Amino acid sequence: MNWETVIGLEIHTQLATRSKIFSASATRYGAEPNTQANLVDLGFPGVLPVLNGEVVNMAIKFGLATQCEISPRSIFARKNYFYPDLPKGYQISQYELPIVHGGQLEIVLSDGSAKTVRITRAHLEEDAGKSLHEDFHGQTGIDLNRAGTPLLEIVSEPDMRSPGEAVAYMRRIHTLVRYLGISDGNMQEGSFRCDANVSVRKLGSEALGTRTELKNLNSFRFVERAIEVEVERQIDLIEDGGQVIQETRLYDPDRNETRAMRSKEEANDYRYFPDPDLLPIVIDQARIGHIAAGLPELPDAKRKRFIADYELSAYDADVLTASREQAEFYEAVVTGLGGQPKLAANWVMGELSAALNREDLDITASRVSATQLAELLQRIDDKTISGKIAKQVFDALWNDGGEVEAIIEARGLRQISDAGAIEALVDEILEAHPRQVEEYRSGKEKVFGFFVGQVMKQSEGKANPQSVNEILKIKLKS
Amino acid sequence: MHRRTLAQLADDLRSRRCSSYELTTHFLARIERHDPSMNAFVTVTADHALADARAADERRSRGDAGPLDGLPLAHKDIFCTEGVKTSCGSRMLDNFLSPYDATLVARLKDAGTVMLGKTNMDEFAMGSSSESSFYGPVRNPWDLERVPGGSSGGSAAAVAAGLVPAATGTDTGGSIRQPAALCGLTGLKPTYGRVSRYGMIAFASSLDQAGVLTWTAEDAALLLQVMAGFDPRDSTCLEEPVPDYRAGLNASIRGLRIGVPAGFFDAGLEEGNRGAVETALGVLESQGAELVGIELDNLDLSVPVYYVVAPAEASSNLSRFDGVRFGHRTEHAEDLLNLYTRTRGEGFGAEVKRRILTGAYVLSAGYYDAYYLKAQQVRQLISQSFSRAFESVDVIAGPTTPTPAFMLGQKTNDPVAMYLNDIYTIGANLAGLPALSIPCGAVGGLPVGLQLIGPHLAEGVLLNVAHRFQAETDWHQRRPPDFDAENA
Repeated sequence: MNWETVIGLEIHTQLATRSKIFSASATRYGAEPNTQANLVDLGFPGVLPVLNGEVVNMAIKFGLATQCEISPRSIFARKNYFYPDLPKGYQISQYELPIVHGGQLEIVLSDGSAKTVRITRAHLEEDAGKSLHEDFHGQTGIDLNRAGTPLLEIVSEPDMRSPGEAVAYMRRIHTLVRYLGISDGNMQEGSFRCDANVSVRKLGSEALGTRTELKNLNSFRFVERAIEVEVERQIDLIEDGGQVIQETRLYDPDRNETRAMRSKEEANDYRYFPDPDLLPIVIDQARIGHIAAGLPELPDAKRKRFIADYELSAYDADVLTASREQAEFYEAVVTGLGGQPKLAANWVMGELSAALNREDLDITASRVSATQLAELLQRIDDKTISGKIAKQVFDALWNDGGEVEAIIEARGLRQISDAGAIEALVDEILEAHPRQVEEYRSGKEKVFGFFVGQVMKQSEGKANPQSVNEILKIKLKS
Repeated sequence: MHRRTLAQLADDLRSRRCSSYELTTHFLARIERHDPSMNAFVTVTADHALADARAADERRSRGDAGPLDGLPLAHKDIFCTEGVKTSCGSRMLDNFLSPYDATLVARLKDAGTVMLGKTNMDEFAMGSSSESSFYGPVRNPWDLERVPGGSSGGSAAAVAAGLVPAATGTDTGGSIRQPAALCGLTGLKPTYGRVSRYGMIAFASSLDQAGVLTWTAEDAALLLQVMAGFDPRDSTCLEEPVPDYRAGLNASIRGLRIGVPAGFFDAGLEEGNRGAVETALGVLESQGAELVGIELDNLDLSVPVYYVVAPAEASSNLSRFDGVRFGHRTEHAEDLLNLYTRTRGEGFGAEVKRRILTGAYVLSAGYYDAYYLKAQQVRQLISQSFSRAFESVDVIAGPTTPTPAFMLGQKTNDPVAMYLNDIYTIGANLAGLPALSIPCGAVGGLPVGLQLIGPHLAEGVLLNVAHRFQAETDWHQRRPPDFDAENA
């Protein structure tokens, strides 16, 4: 039987504010436990939340970038449940009236085709703290540094039909929130994580199957693998005559399987109600207009512009616009170079990207600047050095710093294009290898490569390969 | 000294007829002597008070004392006070030393007032008799066998018995006005949001408002002047200018239209209370005010609406008392669920549990629409009834309570009878309106209160009417006989 997979994602994005959503505590990651939790975060008697207005601006940015409707009036609600890392016994979230809703986002699939994923809503909420079960000898430690960190929960419609589509969508959102500057998207630190709602149905069926929710997936790879194994599990279950139970499951990456979370007897009733401590969020058109005017160029627009202006392939444009920083770096190289966008793309995606990956650096921390790279590529373009030599210069820049020009001079890497000099080199090589010359002239044209290699070797790679070719051909004919 | 009002004591301090230290010593001595018979205080902060009094006297001798500098008062134990136990009348917080001052406490401290202690109250302000406190019931100084009202019963009893010249309170459904009425005091509940809620332990956030219990409207005006005003730490606090309340006290009330709702004079109102209130309305009429009969639609639904909305919010507000970070924690926890259930089972009293259960129920899936949502809709209608009434009248007047102080234990086993005590006061909370109660008569030696309700932010008008009434009457000067002797 043929099955269709149906996936919807709930992505939790930590908003990049300096202070928490309802208190003045810092949100910096990695501080000593409970050093970034004030009385409001600790839920002390008598304290009250006060909304950090910056999160509203960030949510509006997201809404604008995904063609969502921005609610002129939205409210906070309390989600009530007991847990030690939830200090107030309720989480302040949005329930009935989220700040933005009803948008969409275009994703590009692996075959290059595009697909639209509808966004149901995105709402503001506070994060909980962390329970630490290790190191406390059977007790649980509570770190409330994270309690009250602002989150934007982005909920999609169940529009994705494969794990690959789910990942493509998640990546798009990831790229987008970083473009907008509303989240650092750091997945190791938990700034970007998602829950996946997964179900299967017979191909052609309209009705949705029973879904399970896979909680807290914090890498693209885990999202893909978790959904894959969950889909397999559901199909096997149904084909064996069983039924999928609506439940929350956890993905175990070590065993590559999903497991039902140990849940208490009852279904949770969160007793949502409007939070009486907070006023409704009221947003007028002027505020939306002001924010819209300040939006950066979005990934989609940038990708299309790269294809049009720089004549890049869809693939190259996609890779280069994956982050705003990378796209900016690339454009700075092209500007410095004064053209040659394909050459710049090859280098940014090739040599530079490899070097960054080797040292696990972000492009903003690149040891070769866009200006330096542009200078280097210019030297290739004006035939001062060959591409191969340029890699040497790049390595020198990367490892020891310095000026492109100075490195070329100091190391004597300047390309030899002078016909006379190359002729001398060619003569020298032909004279030294009379047997090979004989072979070539008797029809074994394959030895031509041997001569090129020898000349290049003799010139320490500096001879202009094109000139070498031309001169060799002439000399061998004569 | 204890027969003088706050305003008179302020004059005494200004003219150096007495020092803050003398005042403080005098009232502390009265607390020591008389409080055991009424249990108005949970905590007496004698050492702090004497030190603060000396500091106030020093400021005065340097010539930089503010208008309230050196005046003693007490805070309801619902307000967080730095380094001082803040129990909210509950075993749950019996061991809780607040690490910070409530905004209201800080403002009164900055004004130089001297806190003598923290007053007893119904547990988490849930009650109308001050009998649900973990620290035992408060007694009414007019008759020690009777309740002082609640939940600010400790504050009311302390001021009425002359143990302190004024005290703060909170009013969620009548918790300032009802005890003020039952103890013969002036009790002011300002407009919702007029006074910051920061540091006031939440019962029902959309209804809670801090205010004062004093002898006179003038004293209430003095204190409100300092307490009112915007606080960036409370999102629901109003960003509105604070008028000079004392300046308007003496304005004429000629031509003032006073709405008298027929529904306030229903069968539940005892004859003695009815008579006292009608006489009081006559006094206002004789001063040139015009009495206008009005109807307030849906006001009869205010008690049921209140007992849905308030417990709903309370059930959530009280979730933070879980034994994890502060307050009581059970010694018998075997697992997490146990930690919660035992801690809360031991820490909360019966009335608090009743309201948490009620609140959780009305918010539950399947019941939310029928109870909570419906109650909020009716609340809107009640609010609109008041708004309509204030299109044609300036203030609304009527009884504060249906009866004078009742006997201790009389209503503890009948929650509904207890809840009906708040039948006249709850409307103002639901609509967020300012309201006050002033003594206006007596029945069998027990005080009766007249309630005045005003439109949004009309505290000045209410205080003006109350002050004019007090200029013509002496009910506010009567003291419980057993505690009245000058040298007692």
